[in-house]
Amino acid sequence: MSSEPPTPFEPGEELDRAPGDDIEAGTNVRAGVYGYLLGLALAAGLTVASFWAVQSHLIYAPGIPMALAVLAVAQMGIHLIFFLHITTGPDNTNNVLALAFGVLIAGLVALGSVWIMAHLNHNVMPMSELMQMQR
Amino acid sequence: MSVVTPAERSTWRETDPYVLGHGRGGSVPYATGHGEGGPASKRVVVGFGFWIFLLSDIVIFSCFFASYAVLARETASGPSAKDLFDLGNTALQTGFLLASTFVCGLASLAVDLRNQKWTQVTLLVTGLLGLGFLVLEVREFAEFMSRGAGPSRSAFLSAFFTLVGSHGLHVTVGLLWLGTMMAQFLAKGFRQDIRHRFLCFSLFWHTLDIIWVGIFNLVFLVGTVL
Repeated sequence: MSSEPPTPFEPGEELDRAPGDDIEAGTNVRAGVYGYLLGLALAAGLTVASFWAVQSHLIYAPGIPMALAVLAVAQMGIHLIFFLHITTGPDNTNNVLALAFGVLIAGLVALGSVWIMAHLNHNVMPMSELMQMQR
Repeated sequence: MSVVTPAERSTWRETDPYVLGHGRGGSVPYATGHGEGGPASKRVVVGFGFWIFLLSDIVIFSCFFASYAVLARETASGPSAKDLFDLGNTALQTGFLLASTFVCGLASLAVDLRNQKWTQVTLLVTGLLGLGFLVLEVREFAEFMSRGAGPSRSAFLSAFFTLVGSHGLHVTVGLLWLGTMMAQFLAKGFRQDIRHRFLCFSLFWHTLDIIWVGIFNLVFLVGTVL
């Protein structure tokens, strides 16, 4: 045990990893900084792409919100991987399962609400129009 | 506890100690919660617990996002998203918060190295960038209200101020927490419990930027093409 280089981590962490801890970098600052720089570059690139998608006229206008949603999800993934260090490794099983459940609930709430309300808007007539028909 | 050789450790890192989904069956005694494995270390328990809290926070924000998405066009003949939003300001805010989350990552490297000077410098820069974000947001809110577009003007603006305002409130709380962490590192040094608190803080700060990614894309940018 003493032959190994010191790490910021604690005994018993070989098998589980706290979210936010970077197993690849350890105490290697160069690797750590490189990881954050890569994350910053990718996130900045996706941000620029989002702003570009709105201002250029290259994307079919009704498709822009969907393009923005895709870019947002991609950038959230970049943040999870490079800043929160959530991986698919066996030491991250708990973190990934919790994340999957959170995303499931958030997705059900957000997409479900939008879906239901769009249907209500479509199928339920506004009161003012109903009154006019009864007159 | 049995003695663990470095060779054994590296084997466990490469294989799945919980034998999940690999069809090998059975359990191994050295995995957390199995046989000699014992409970997970406190850092893992603290970090995981805070991760659960953050996910519940994300679920709350998904409710705010849902209400905003439903009400975004209900302007009650008042100003719409297109009339109000200034993309230059949003871009600047996004830049500040992304830079802040990046420097916060550097701060966690400095904490791992127990380097007091770099910890304080990077945390200060993280905080100043966060403060810049908050100042821009408050200025924008004040401008909206001076134009008669306060939260009581329309359902669209109520939902907007709830969503963006709660994010701003989280950033404010985060800044207070950040100041506390700087003071605690200075006064108490790199004690284990302080480093656990800092792990939670860095998770919180990175998660705030994830929520901002949703806000600037789905509120501000979509707002200009609605």
